[in-house]
Amino acid sequence: MNARRAHRAGWNVVGIALFAVTVFPVFWMISTAFKTNDQINALTPTWFPLHPTLQHFRDALNKPFFWTDVKNSLVVVLVTVGIAMVLAFLAAVALSKYRFTGRKLFIILVIGVQMLPGAGLIIPLYVVLARFHEVNTLTGVILVYLTGALPFSVWTLRGFILGIPKELEEAAMVDGSTRFGAFARILLPLVAPGLVATSVFAFITSWNEYIFARVLLNDGSKQTVTVWLSYFLGTSRQTDWGALMAASTLTAVPVVVFFLLIQRRIAFGLTAGAVRG
Amino acid sequence: MATAAGTTTKWSRHRRLSLSRLGRGAVPYALVAPVVGVMGAILGYPIYSLVRISLQRYGLFELIRHHGVYIGLHNFGTVLHDSVFWHTLLRTLVFAAANVALTLVIGTLIALLLVRLSTWVRLLVTGGLVLVWSTPPVVAVQVWNWMTNVQNGVVNYILTELHVGNYFQHNWYTTSFSQLAMVTTLIVWGALPFVAITVYAALSQVPQELVEAAEIDGARSWRVFLDVTLPVITPVILILTSLSILWDFGVFTQPYLLIGQAHVTTGNYLMGIYLFEEGYVRADFGRGAAISILMLVIVAALSVVYVRRMIKIGEVT
Repeated sequence: MNARRAHRAGWNVVGIALFAVTVFPVFWMISTAFKTNDQINALTPTWFPLHPTLQHFRDALNKPFFWTDVKNSLVVVLVTVGIAMVLAFLAAVALSKYRFTGRKLFIILVIGVQMLPGAGLIIPLYVVLARFHEVNTLTGVILVYLTGALPFSVWTLRGFILGIPKELEEAAMVDGSTRFGAFARILLPLVAPGLVATSVFAFITSWNEYIFARVLLNDGSKQTVTVWLSYFLGTSRQTDWGALMAASTLTAVPVVVFFLLIQRRIAFGLTAGAVRG
Repeated sequence: MATAAGTTTKWSRHRRLSLSRLGRGAVPYALVAPVVGVMGAILGYPIYSLVRISLQRYGLFELIRHHGVYIGLHNFGTVLHDSVFWHTLLRTLVFAAANVALTLVIGTLIALLLVRLSTWVRLLVTGGLVLVWSTPPVVAVQVWNWMTNVQNGVVNYILTELHVGNYFQHNWYTTSFSQLAMVTTLIVWGALPFVAITVYAALSQVPQELVEAAEIDGARSWRVFLDVTLPVITPVILILTSLSILWDFGVFTQPYLLIGQAHVTTGNYLMGIYLFEEGYVRADFGRGAAISILMLVIVAALSVVYVRRMIKIGEVT
Protein backbone atom coordinates (compact mmCIF):
# COMPACT_ATOMS: atom_id res chain seq x y z
CA MET A 1 0.00 0.00 0.00
CA ASN A 2 2.82 2.35 0.92
CA ALA A 3 4.66 1.61 -2.29
CA ARG A 4 1.50 2.41 -4.21
CA ARG A 5 1.11 5.70 -2.36
CA ALA A 6 4.74 6.61 -3.12
CA HIS A 7 4.05 5.77 -6.73
CA ARG A 8 1.07 8.10 -6.81
CA ALA A 9 3.06 10.90 -5.18
CA GLY A 10 5.67 10.50 -7.93
CA TRP A 11 3.03 10.79 -10.65
CA ASN A 12 1.56 13.80 -8.87
CA VAL A 13 4.91 15.57 -9.07
CA VAL A 14 5.02 14.85 -12.80
CA GLY A 15 1.47 16.15 -13.09
CA ILE A 16 2.27 19.41 -11.33
CA ALA A 17 5.35 19.89 -13.51
CA LEU A 18 3.19 19.30 -16.59
CA PHE A 19 0.66 21.83 -15.33
CA ALA A 20 3.42 24.40 -14.86
CA VAL A 21 4.78 23.90 -18.39
CA THR A 22 1.43 23.91 -20.19
CA VAL A 23 0.01 26.91 -18.37
CA PHE A 24 3.23 28.94 -18.44
CA PRO A 25 2.55 30.83 -21.71
CA VAL A 26 -0.86 31.97 -20.44
CA PHE A 27 0.62 32.92 -17.09
CA TRP A 28 3.43 34.80 -18.81
CA MET A 29 0.97 36.74 -20.94
CA ILE A 30 -1.11 37.88 -17.96
CA SER A 31 1.89 38.55 -15.77
CA THR A 32 3.58 40.65 -18.48
CA ALA A 33 0.43 42.67 -19.03
CA PHE A 34 0.68 43.98 -15.44
CA LYS A 35 4.42 44.68 -15.33
CA THR A 36 6.15 48.02 -15.66
CA ASN A 37 8.16 48.65 -18.81
CA ASP A 38 11.40 48.46 -16.85
CA GLN A 39 10.54 44.98 -15.66
CA ILE A 40 9.47 43.93 -19.15
CA ASN A 41 12.59 45.18 -20.89
CA ALA A 42 15.08 43.93 -18.28
CA LEU A 43 17.36 41.05 -19.24
CA THR A 44 16.45 39.19 -16.04
CA PRO A 45 12.73 38.45 -16.02
CA THR A 46 10.40 39.38 -13.18
CA TRP A 47 8.12 36.41 -12.51
CA PHE A 48 5.34 38.12 -10.55
CA PRO A 49 4.45 41.80 -10.92
CA LEU A 50 4.29 42.71 -7.24
CA HIS A 51 3.30 46.29 -8.04
CA PRO A 52 0.91 45.73 -10.92
CA THR A 53 0.20 48.57 -13.32
CA LEU A 54 -2.88 49.01 -15.50
CA GLN A 55 -1.05 51.30 -17.89
CA HIS A 56 -0.73 48.66 -20.62
CA PHE A 57 -4.45 47.98 -20.59
CA ARG A 58 -5.10 51.70 -20.93
CA ASP A 59 -2.63 51.86 -23.85
CA ALA A 60 -4.23 48.88 -25.56
CA LEU A 61 -7.76 50.23 -25.14
CA ASN A 62 -6.70 53.59 -26.53
CA LYS A 63 -5.20 52.08 -29.68
CA PRO A 64 -7.18 53.08 -32.75
CA PHE A 65 -10.17 50.89 -33.56
CA PHE A 66 -10.07 48.64 -30.49
CA TRP A 67 -13.65 49.26 -29.45
CA THR A 68 -14.89 49.44 -33.06
CA ASP A 69 -13.29 46.12 -33.84
CA VAL A 70 -14.60 44.48 -30.67
CA LYS A 71 -18.04 45.68 -31.69
CA ASN A 72 -17.51 44.28 -35.21
CA SER A 73 -16.49 40.94 -33.76
CA LEU A 74 -19.55 40.87 -31.54
CA VAL A 75 -21.91 41.73 -34.40
CA VAL A 76 -20.40 39.12 -36.71
CA VAL A 77 -20.33 36.41 -34.06
CA LEU A 78 -23.80 37.01 -32.62
CA VAL A 79 -25.52 37.17 -36.01
CA THR A 80 -23.64 34.08 -37.21
CA VAL A 81 -24.52 32.10 -34.10
CA GLY A 82 -28.14 33.28 -34.10
CA ILE A 83 -28.79 32.23 -37.70
CA ALA A 84 -26.78 29.03 -37.38
CA MET A 85 -28.65 27.87 -34.26
CA VAL A 86 -32.14 28.32 -35.70
CA LEU A 87 -31.41 26.72 -39.07
CA ALA A 88 -29.15 23.98 -37.71
CA PHE A 89 -31.63 23.00 -35.02
CA LEU A 90 -34.34 22.35 -37.61
CA ALA A 91 -32.00 20.21 -39.68
CA ALA A 92 -30.77 18.37 -36.58
CA VAL A 93 -34.36 17.48 -35.66
CA ALA A 94 -34.85 16.09 -39.16
CA LEU A 95 -31.67 14.01 -38.90
CA SER A 96 -32.41 12.56 -35.49
CA LYS A 97 -36.18 12.07 -35.68
CA TYR A 98 -36.89 11.14 -39.30
CA ARG A 99 -35.65 8.68 -41.87
CA PHE A 100 -35.88 10.08 -45.37
CA THR A 101 -34.42 9.57 -48.82
CA GLY A 102 -31.32 11.70 -49.18
CA ARG A 103 -30.55 11.54 -45.47
CA LYS A 104 -27.26 9.79 -46.11
CA LEU A 105 -26.25 12.34 -48.72
CA PHE A 106 -27.07 15.13 -46.29
CA ILE A 107 -24.92 13.52 -43.58
CA ILE A 108 -22.05 13.13 -46.04
CA LEU A 109 -22.30 16.82 -46.94
CA VAL A 110 -22.50 17.96 -43.32
CA ILE A 111 -19.39 15.99 -42.36
CA GLY A 112 -17.50 16.53 -45.60
CA VAL A 113 -17.94 20.30 -45.57
CA GLN A 114 -16.38 20.50 -42.11
CA MET A 115 -13.27 18.83 -43.48
CA LEU A 116 -12.63 21.54 -46.06
CA PRO A 117 -9.63 23.62 -45.01
CA GLY A 118 -10.44 27.32 -44.67
CA ALA A 119 -7.34 28.27 -46.65
CA GLY A 120 -8.61 26.30 -49.65
CA LEU A 121 -11.77 28.37 -49.76
CA ILE A 122 -10.41 31.91 -49.56
CA ILE A 123 -10.11 32.35 -53.34
CA PRO A 124 -13.66 31.30 -54.34
CA LEU A 125 -15.33 33.03 -51.40
CA TYR A 126 -13.36 36.22 -52.02
CA VAL A 127 -14.15 36.27 -55.73
CA VAL A 128 -17.84 35.48 -55.27
CA LEU A 129 -18.28 38.04 -52.49
CA ALA A 130 -16.46 40.62 -54.62
CA ARG A 131 -18.96 39.94 -57.41
CA PHE A 132 -21.80 40.80 -55.02
CA HIS A 133 -19.92 43.77 -53.53
CA GLU A 134 -19.74 42.12 -50.12
CA VAL A 135 -15.98 42.43 -49.70
CA ASN A 136 -15.06 44.69 -46.78
CA THR A 137 -18.54 44.30 -45.27
CA LEU A 138 -19.50 42.43 -42.11
CA THR A 139 -22.30 40.71 -44.06
CA GLY A 140 -19.72 38.99 -46.22
CA VAL A 141 -17.83 37.72 -43.18
CA ILE A 142 -21.05 36.50 -41.55
CA LEU A 143 -21.93 34.51 -44.68
CA VAL A 144 -18.48 32.95 -44.71
CA TYR A 145 -18.62 32.06 -41.02
CA LEU A 146 -21.99 30.38 -41.59
CA THR A 147 -20.30 27.90 -43.94
CA GLY A 148 -18.42 26.61 -40.91
CA ALA A 149 -20.94 27.19 -38.13
CA LEU A 150 -23.92 25.55 -39.86
CA PRO A 151 -22.55 22.04 -40.50
CA PHE A 152 -20.80 21.97 -37.14
CA SER A 153 -23.98 22.94 -35.32
CA VAL A 154 -26.15 20.49 -37.25
CA TRP A 155 -23.88 17.62 -36.35
CA THR A 156 -23.42 18.57 -32.69
CA LEU A 157 -27.11 19.33 -32.06
CA ARG A 158 -28.03 16.03 -33.68
CA GLY A 159 -25.91 14.35 -31.00
CA PHE A 160 -27.61 16.28 -28.22
CA ILE A 161 -31.11 15.47 -29.50
CA LEU A 162 -30.25 11.78 -29.79
CA GLY A 163 -29.14 11.91 -26.16
CA ILE A 164 -32.73 12.53 -25.06
CA PRO A 165 -34.69 9.34 -24.37
CA LYS A 166 -37.38 8.75 -27.02
CA GLU A 167 -39.75 7.39 -24.36
CA LEU A 168 -40.26 10.86 -22.85
CA GLU A 169 -41.64 12.26 -26.08
CA GLU A 170 -43.68 9.15 -26.79
CA ALA A 171 -45.19 9.28 -23.30
CA ALA A 172 -46.27 12.85 -23.89
CA MET A 173 -47.87 11.88 -27.20
CA VAL A 174 -49.67 8.95 -25.61
CA ASP A 175 -50.99 11.39 -23.02
CA GLY A 176 -52.63 13.29 -25.89
CA SER A 177 -49.94 15.77 -26.79
CA THR A 178 -49.51 16.60 -30.45
CA ARG A 179 -46.15 16.01 -32.02
CA PHE A 180 -45.46 19.73 -31.88
CA GLY A 181 -46.66 19.93 -28.25
CA ALA A 182 -44.35 17.10 -27.27
CA PHE A 183 -41.59 18.84 -29.12
CA ALA A 184 -42.12 22.22 -27.47
CA ARG A 185 -42.75 20.99 -23.93
CA ILE A 186 -40.46 17.94 -23.72
CA LEU A 187 -37.72 18.10 -26.34
CA LEU A 188 -36.93 21.80 -26.33
CA PRO A 189 -36.28 22.23 -22.59
CA LEU A 190 -34.19 19.07 -22.51
CA VAL A 191 -32.08 20.07 -25.48
CA ALA A 192 -31.60 23.65 -24.24
CA PRO A 193 -28.26 22.93 -22.53
CA GLY A 194 -27.05 21.37 -25.77
CA LEU A 195 -28.19 24.46 -27.69
CA VAL A 196 -26.27 26.68 -25.28
CA ALA A 197 -23.13 24.56 -25.50
CA THR A 198 -23.24 24.42 -29.29
CA SER A 199 -23.87 28.13 -29.67
CA VAL A 200 -21.06 29.01 -27.28
CA PHE A 201 -18.71 26.79 -29.20
CA ALA A 202 -19.78 28.36 -32.48
CA PHE A 203 -19.28 31.73 -30.78
CA ILE A 204 -15.72 30.84 -29.82
CA THR A 205 -14.75 29.49 -33.26
CA SER A 206 -16.09 32.60 -34.97
CA TRP A 207 -14.48 34.95 -32.44
CA ASN A 208 -11.10 33.24 -32.96
CA GLU A 209 -11.31 33.09 -36.76
CA TYR A 210 -8.51 34.91 -38.53
CA ILE A 211 -7.87 34.09 -42.18
CA PHE A 212 -11.24 35.07 -43.69
CA ALA A 213 -11.48 38.23 -41.64
CA ARG A 214 -7.96 39.10 -42.78
CA VAL A 215 -8.78 38.48 -46.44
CA LEU A 216 -12.24 40.03 -46.55
CA LEU A 217 -11.91 43.10 -44.32
CA ASN A 218 -9.29 45.70 -45.14
CA ASP A 219 -10.46 48.84 -43.34
CA GLY A 220 -9.21 49.31 -39.77
CA SER A 221 -12.73 50.32 -38.79
CA LYS A 222 -14.28 47.21 -40.35
CA GLN A 223 -11.94 44.58 -38.95
CA THR A 224 -12.52 41.99 -36.25
CA VAL A 225 -10.57 41.89 -33.04
CA THR A 226 -8.27 39.01 -34.09
CA VAL A 227 -7.14 40.97 -37.15
CA TRP A 228 -6.72 44.05 -34.96
CA LEU A 229 -4.50 42.03 -32.62
CA SER A 230 -2.45 40.57 -35.48
CA TYR A 231 -1.64 44.09 -36.72
CA PHE A 232 -0.95 45.34 -33.20
CA LEU A 233 2.83 45.34 -33.48
CA GLY A 234 2.64 47.60 -36.50
CA THR A 235 5.91 48.77 -37.95
CA SER A 236 7.41 50.52 -34.93
CA ARG A 237 10.91 49.49 -34.01
CA GLN A 238 10.54 49.27 -30.25
CA THR A 239 7.95 46.60 -29.53
CA ASP A 240 5.46 47.56 -26.83
CA TRP A 241 5.28 44.06 -25.30
CA GLY A 242 3.28 45.20 -22.29
CA ALA A 243 0.48 46.66 -24.37
CA LEU A 244 0.59 43.67 -26.73
CA MET A 245 0.14 41.25 -23.83
CA ALA A 246 -2.63 43.40 -22.34
CA ALA A 247 -4.39 43.40 -25.72
CA SER A 248 -3.90 39.63 -26.03
CA THR A 249 -5.39 39.12 -22.60
CA LEU A 250 -8.40 41.25 -23.49
CA THR A 251 -8.95 39.29 -26.72
CA ALA A 252 -8.74 35.96 -24.91
CA VAL A 253 -10.95 36.80 -21.93
CA PRO A 254 -14.41 36.33 -23.51
CA VAL A 255 -13.33 33.05 -25.07
CA VAL A 256 -11.79 31.67 -21.89
CA VAL A 257 -14.81 32.58 -19.78
CA PHE A 258 -17.25 30.97 -22.22
CA PHE A 259 -15.06 27.97 -22.72
CA LEU A 260 -14.80 27.23 -19.02
CA LEU A 261 -18.60 27.35 -18.82
CA ILE A 262 -19.28 24.76 -21.51
CA GLN A 263 -16.14 22.66 -21.66
CA ARG A 264 -17.65 19.55 -20.08
CA ARG A 265 -20.61 19.38 -22.41
CA ILE A 266 -18.76 20.09 -25.62
CA ALA A 267 -16.01 17.52 -25.13
CA PHE A 268 -18.67 14.97 -25.99
CA GLY A 269 -19.97 16.91 -28.96
CA LEU A 270 -16.49 17.33 -30.37
CA THR A 271 -15.69 13.69 -30.58
CA ALA A 272 -19.04 13.01 -32.18
CA GLY A 273 -18.54 15.76 -34.74
CA ALA A 274 -15.74 18.04 -35.68
CA VAL A 275 -14.93 21.69 -36.04
CA ARG A 276 -13.06 23.18 -38.89
CA GLY A 277 -9.67 24.10 -37.52
CA MET B 1 -59.02 22.35 -39.67
CA ALA B 2 -62.01 22.17 -37.30
CA THR B 3 -64.54 23.24 -39.95
CA ALA B 4 -63.04 20.89 -42.48
CA ALA B 5 -63.30 18.03 -40.00
CA GLY B 6 -66.97 18.88 -39.38
CA THR B 7 -67.97 18.31 -42.99
CA THR B 8 -65.92 15.20 -43.60
CA THR B 9 -67.36 12.62 -45.94
CA LYS B 10 -65.83 9.21 -46.31
CA TRP B 11 -64.12 10.18 -49.51
CA SER B 12 -62.65 13.42 -48.26
CA ARG B 13 -61.43 11.80 -45.03
CA HIS B 14 -59.57 9.30 -47.08
CA ARG B 15 -58.11 12.03 -49.20
CA ARG B 16 -57.19 14.13 -46.20
CA LEU B 17 -55.39 11.21 -44.59
CA SER B 18 -53.24 10.58 -47.60
CA LEU B 19 -52.54 14.30 -47.88
CA SER B 20 -51.48 14.45 -44.27
CA ARG B 21 -49.33 11.38 -44.78
CA LEU B 22 -47.78 13.13 -47.72
CA GLY B 23 -47.40 16.20 -45.53
CA ARG B 24 -45.67 14.20 -42.83
CA GLY B 25 -43.26 12.80 -45.41
CA ALA B 26 -42.38 16.35 -46.42
CA VAL B 27 -41.59 17.43 -42.85
CA PRO B 28 -37.91 16.33 -42.78
CA TYR B 29 -37.31 17.97 -46.15
CA ALA B 30 -38.86 21.20 -44.93
CA LEU B 31 -36.62 21.02 -41.86
CA VAL B 32 -33.37 20.54 -43.78
CA ALA B 33 -34.32 22.89 -46.62
CA PRO B 34 -33.05 26.12 -44.97
CA VAL B 35 -29.62 24.65 -44.21
CA VAL B 36 -29.36 23.11 -47.67
CA GLY B 37 -30.44 26.36 -49.30
CA VAL B 38 -28.04 28.55 -47.36
CA MET B 39 -25.12 26.13 -47.76
CA GLY B 40 -25.82 25.85 -51.47
CA ALA B 41 -25.73 29.62 -51.85
CA ILE B 42 -22.72 30.38 -49.66
CA LEU B 43 -20.64 27.28 -50.35
CA GLY B 44 -22.02 25.35 -53.30
CA TYR B 45 -22.03 28.34 -55.61
CA PRO B 46 -18.50 29.47 -54.62
CA ILE B 47 -17.19 25.94 -55.22
CA TYR B 48 -18.80 25.97 -58.66
CA SER B 49 -17.11 29.34 -59.26
CA LEU B 50 -13.84 27.88 -58.01
CA VAL B 51 -13.87 25.29 -60.77
CA ARG B 52 -14.78 27.92 -63.37
CA ILE B 53 -12.13 30.42 -62.25
CA SER B 54 -9.45 27.72 -62.21
CA LEU B 55 -9.98 27.39 -65.97
CA GLN B 56 -9.73 31.14 -66.54
CA ARG B 57 -7.23 33.92 -66.52
CA TYR B 58 -8.64 35.81 -63.55
CA GLY B 59 -6.60 38.68 -62.12
CA LEU B 60 -7.47 42.07 -60.64
CA PHE B 61 -8.75 43.36 -64.01
CA GLU B 62 -11.05 40.37 -64.40
CA LEU B 63 -12.12 40.70 -60.76
CA ILE B 64 -13.36 44.23 -61.41
CA ARG B 65 -15.10 43.19 -64.65
CA HIS B 66 -16.46 40.08 -62.90
CA HIS B 67 -15.51 38.13 -65.95
CA GLY B 68 -12.54 35.86 -66.63
CA VAL B 69 -10.98 34.67 -69.88
CA TYR B 70 -11.16 30.92 -70.53
CA ILE B 71 -7.70 29.39 -70.88
CA GLY B 72 -8.39 25.69 -70.33
CA LEU B 73 -6.08 23.76 -68.04
CA HIS B 74 -3.29 26.33 -68.30
CA ASN B 75 -3.38 27.23 -64.57
CA PHE B 76 -3.11 23.59 -63.54
CA GLY B 77 -0.28 23.11 -66.00
CA THR B 78 1.82 25.95 -64.61
CA VAL B 79 1.16 24.93 -61.01
CA LEU B 80 2.04 21.28 -61.61
CA HIS B 81 5.21 22.32 -63.44
CA ASP B 82 6.18 24.67 -60.62
CA SER B 83 8.82 23.10 -58.39
CA VAL B 84 7.65 25.40 -55.57
CA PHE B 85 4.32 23.56 -55.55
CA TRP B 86 5.93 20.14 -55.17
CA HIS B 87 8.40 21.34 -52.54
CA THR B 88 5.58 23.00 -50.62
CA LEU B 89 3.43 19.88 -50.84
CA LEU B 90 6.24 17.68 -49.56
CA ARG B 91 7.13 20.16 -46.80
CA THR B 92 3.50 20.40 -45.72
CA LEU B 93 3.09 16.62 -45.60
CA VAL B 94 6.24 16.21 -43.50
CA PHE B 95 5.23 19.12 -41.30
CA ALA B 96 1.72 17.72 -40.77
CA ALA B 97 3.07 14.23 -40.05
CA ALA B 98 5.49 15.57 -37.44
CA ASN B 99 2.81 17.70 -35.78
CA VAL B 100 0.27 14.89 -35.74
CA ALA B 101 2.74 12.37 -34.34
CA LEU B 102 3.91 14.73 -31.59
CA THR B 103 0.37 15.78 -30.68
CA LEU B 104 -0.98 12.24 -30.54
CA VAL B 105 1.95 10.70 -28.65
CA ILE B 106 2.26 13.47 -26.06
CA GLY B 107 -1.51 13.80 -25.76
CA THR B 108 -1.92 10.07 -25.10
CA LEU B 109 0.91 10.14 -22.55
CA ILE B 110 -0.82 13.01 -20.73
CA ALA B 111 -4.10 11.06 -20.75
CA LEU B 112 -2.34 8.02 -19.27
CA LEU B 113 -0.78 10.28 -16.65
CA LEU B 114 -4.18 11.80 -15.76
CA VAL B 115 -5.47 8.34 -14.82
CA ARG B 116 -2.64 7.92 -12.32
CA LEU B 117 -3.04 11.26 -10.55
CA SER B 118 -4.75 12.12 -7.28
CA THR B 119 -8.08 13.84 -7.87
CA TRP B 120 -6.91 17.35 -6.98
CA VAL B 121 -3.84 17.17 -9.22
CA ARG B 122 -5.99 15.79 -12.02
CA LEU B 123 -8.40 18.70 -11.67
CA LEU B 124 -5.45 21.10 -11.68
CA VAL B 125 -3.96 19.59 -14.84
CA THR B 126 -7.29 19.37 -16.72
CA GLY B 127 -8.06 22.94 -15.66
CA GLY B 128 -4.73 24.03 -17.13
CA LEU B 129 -5.43 22.07 -20.31
CA VAL B 130 -8.82 23.75 -20.71
CA LEU B 131 -7.16 27.13 -20.27
CA VAL B 132 -4.69 26.29 -23.05
CA TRP B 133 -7.48 24.89 -25.23
CA SER B 134 -9.42 28.12 -24.98
CA THR B 135 -6.53 30.42 -25.89
CA PRO B 136 -7.28 31.96 -29.33
CA PRO B 137 -4.59 31.07 -31.91
CA VAL B 138 -3.82 34.72 -32.71
CA VAL B 139 -3.29 35.40 -29.00
CA ALA B 140 -1.04 32.35 -28.68
CA VAL B 141 1.05 33.59 -31.60
CA GLN B 142 1.63 36.94 -29.90
CA VAL B 143 2.59 35.23 -26.64
CA TRP B 144 5.06 33.04 -28.57
CA ASN B 145 6.50 36.16 -30.22
CA TRP B 146 7.08 37.67 -26.80
CA MET B 147 8.41 34.52 -25.13
CA THR B 148 10.93 33.82 -27.90
CA ASN B 149 12.01 37.34 -28.83
CA VAL B 150 15.74 37.76 -29.44
CA GLN B 151 16.33 40.59 -26.98
CA ASN B 152 15.10 39.11 -23.72
CA GLY B 153 12.76 36.21 -24.49
CA VAL B 154 11.96 34.23 -21.37
CA VAL B 155 12.54 30.91 -23.16
CA ASN B 156 16.18 31.82 -23.76
CA TYR B 157 16.53 32.87 -20.13
CA ILE B 158 15.05 29.64 -18.76
CA LEU B 159 17.09 27.39 -21.07
CA THR B 160 20.28 29.21 -20.09
CA GLU B 161 19.45 29.03 -16.38
CA LEU B 162 18.72 25.30 -16.68
CA HIS B 163 22.18 24.89 -18.27
CA VAL B 164 20.73 23.43 -21.44
CA GLY B 165 23.22 25.65 -23.22
CA ASN B 166 23.99 29.31 -23.77
CA TYR B 167 20.84 30.73 -25.28
CA PHE B 168 21.55 34.37 -24.48
CA GLN B 169 19.85 36.38 -27.25
CA HIS B 170 19.43 33.23 -29.32
CA ASN B 171 17.36 33.80 -32.46
CA TRP B 172 14.82 31.00 -32.94
CA TYR B 173 13.78 32.11 -36.40
CA THR B 174 16.98 32.01 -38.46
CA THR B 175 16.34 29.01 -40.75
CA SER B 176 13.20 27.64 -42.40
CA PHE B 177 13.56 24.55 -40.28
CA SER B 178 13.75 26.45 -36.99
CA GLN B 179 10.84 28.66 -38.01
CA LEU B 180 8.66 25.66 -38.75
CA ALA B 181 9.88 23.95 -35.58
CA MET B 182 8.67 26.96 -33.58
CA VAL B 183 5.32 26.78 -35.39
CA THR B 184 5.21 23.11 -34.42
CA THR B 185 5.69 23.91 -30.72
CA LEU B 186 2.86 26.42 -30.98
CA ILE B 187 0.49 24.04 -32.78
CA VAL B 188 1.25 21.03 -30.59
CA TRP B 189 0.79 23.12 -27.44
CA GLY B 190 -2.58 24.30 -28.68
CA ALA B 191 -3.76 20.88 -29.88
CA LEU B 192 -2.66 18.81 -26.88
CA PRO B 193 -5.64 19.58 -24.61
CA PHE B 194 -8.23 18.31 -27.09
CA VAL B 195 -6.30 15.08 -27.66
CA ALA B 196 -5.42 14.52 -24.01
CA ILE B 197 -8.94 15.11 -22.70
CA THR B 198 -10.57 13.02 -25.42
CA VAL B 199 -8.20 10.09 -24.92
CA TYR B 200 -8.68 10.41 -21.17
CA ALA B 201 -12.44 10.11 -21.67
CA ALA B 202 -11.85 7.02 -23.81
CA LEU B 203 -9.59 5.52 -21.14
CA SER B 204 -12.49 5.55 -18.69
CA GLN B 205 -14.12 2.95 -20.98
CA VAL B 206 -11.29 0.49 -20.33
CA PRO B 207 -12.64 -2.23 -18.02
CA GLN B 208 -10.68 -2.02 -14.75
CA GLU B 209 -11.25 -5.72 -13.98
CA LEU B 210 -9.32 -6.62 -17.11
CA VAL B 211 -6.41 -4.38 -16.19
CA GLU B 212 -6.28 -5.78 -12.66
CA ALA B 213 -6.58 -9.36 -13.87
CA ALA B 214 -3.70 -8.80 -16.26
CA GLU B 215 -1.63 -7.26 -13.47
CA ILE B 216 -2.36 -10.17 -11.14
CA ASP B 217 -1.28 -12.53 -13.89
CA GLY B 218 2.04 -10.70 -13.75
CA ALA B 219 1.78 -8.75 -16.99
CA ARG B 220 4.13 -5.79 -17.20
CA SER B 221 2.45 -2.40 -17.46
CA TRP B 222 3.69 -2.03 -21.05
CA ARG B 223 1.96 -5.30 -22.03
CA VAL B 224 -1.19 -4.27 -20.16
CA PHE B 225 -1.22 -1.07 -22.19
CA LEU B 226 -0.69 -2.87 -25.50
CA ASP B 227 -3.11 -5.75 -24.94
CA VAL B 228 -5.85 -4.28 -22.78
CA THR B 229 -5.86 -0.48 -22.97
CA LEU B 230 -4.84 0.20 -26.56
CA PRO B 231 -7.54 -1.89 -28.27
CA VAL B 232 -10.23 0.03 -26.38
CA ILE B 233 -8.92 3.49 -27.24
CA THR B 234 -7.87 2.71 -30.83
CA PRO B 235 -11.10 3.97 -32.47
CA VAL B 236 -10.77 7.32 -30.68
CA ILE B 237 -7.10 7.57 -31.58
CA LEU B 238 -7.97 6.89 -35.22
CA ILE B 239 -10.53 9.70 -35.30
CA LEU B 240 -8.15 12.09 -33.56
CA THR B 241 -5.35 11.19 -35.97
CA SER B 242 -7.40 11.82 -39.09
CA LEU B 243 -8.79 15.07 -37.68
CA SER B 244 -5.30 16.25 -36.75
CA ILE B 245 -3.93 15.38 -40.19
CA LEU B 246 -6.61 17.52 -41.81
CA TRP B 247 -6.13 20.45 -39.45
CA ASP B 248 -2.35 20.44 -39.61
CA PHE B 249 -2.28 20.03 -43.39
CA GLY B 250 -4.50 23.07 -43.90
CA VAL B 251 -3.03 25.21 -41.12
CA PHE B 252 -2.59 28.91 -41.88
CA THR B 253 -2.95 31.31 -38.96
CA GLN B 254 -0.11 30.04 -36.78
CA PRO B 255 2.66 29.72 -39.40
CA TYR B 256 1.61 32.89 -41.24
CA LEU B 257 1.61 35.06 -38.14
CA LEU B 258 4.47 33.46 -36.21
CA ILE B 259 6.89 33.42 -39.14
CA GLY B 260 5.51 36.84 -40.07
CA GLN B 261 4.19 38.13 -43.35
CA ALA B 262 7.54 39.76 -44.14
CA HIS B 263 9.42 36.49 -43.64
CA VAL B 264 7.29 33.94 -45.49
CA THR B 265 9.29 32.80 -48.51
CA THR B 266 9.18 29.96 -50.99
CA GLY B 267 11.66 28.28 -48.63
CA ASN B 268 9.22 27.98 -45.73
CA TYR B 269 5.83 27.91 -47.48
CA LEU B 270 3.16 25.59 -46.18
CA MET B 271 0.25 24.76 -48.49
CA GLY B 272 -2.16 27.30 -47.00
CA ILE B 273 0.40 30.11 -47.17
CA TYR B 274 1.51 29.18 -50.70
CA LEU B 275 -2.10 29.40 -51.85
CA PHE B 276 -2.65 32.70 -50.01
CA GLU B 277 0.48 34.31 -51.45
CA GLU B 278 0.12 33.04 -55.03
CA GLY B 279 -3.62 33.52 -55.32
CA TYR B 280 -4.68 36.35 -53.05
CA VAL B 281 -1.63 38.53 -52.42
CA ARG B 282 -0.54 38.48 -56.07
CA ALA B 283 -4.19 38.73 -57.16
CA ASP B 284 -3.79 35.78 -59.56
CA PHE B 285 -7.12 34.23 -58.65
CA GLY B 286 -7.16 31.76 -61.54
CA ARG B 287 -3.88 30.21 -60.46
CA GLY B 288 -4.99 30.41 -56.82
CA ALA B 289 -8.17 28.55 -57.73
CA ALA B 290 -6.16 25.79 -59.40
CA ILE B 291 -3.99 25.44 -56.27
CA SER B 292 -7.14 25.43 -54.11
CA ILE B 293 -8.63 22.57 -56.11
CA LEU B 294 -5.42 20.55 -55.89
CA MET B 295 -5.33 21.19 -52.14
CA LEU B 296 -9.00 20.25 -51.67
CA VAL B 297 -8.47 17.02 -53.63
CA ILE B 298 -5.54 16.08 -51.39
CA VAL B 299 -7.55 16.89 -48.27
CA ALA B 300 -10.49 14.85 -49.57
CA ALA B 301 -8.18 11.89 -50.04
CA LEU B 302 -6.77 12.35 -46.53
CA SER B 303 -10.21 12.59 -44.95
CA VAL B 304 -11.79 9.48 -46.48
CA VAL B 305 -11.11 7.38 -43.37
CA TYR B 306 -12.62 9.91 -41.00
CA VAL B 307 -15.66 10.75 -43.08
CA ARG B 308 -16.53 7.09 -43.64
CA ARG B 309 -16.35 6.39 -39.94
CA MET B 310 -18.53 9.37 -39.08
CA ILE B 311 -21.11 8.45 -41.73
CA LYS B 312 -21.37 5.01 -40.17
CA ILE B 313 -22.08 6.67 -36.81
CA GLY B 314 -24.63 8.95 -38.43
CA GLU B 315 -26.43 6.10 -40.15
CA VAL B 316 -26.69 3.77 -37.20
CA THR B 317 -28.13 6.34 -34.80
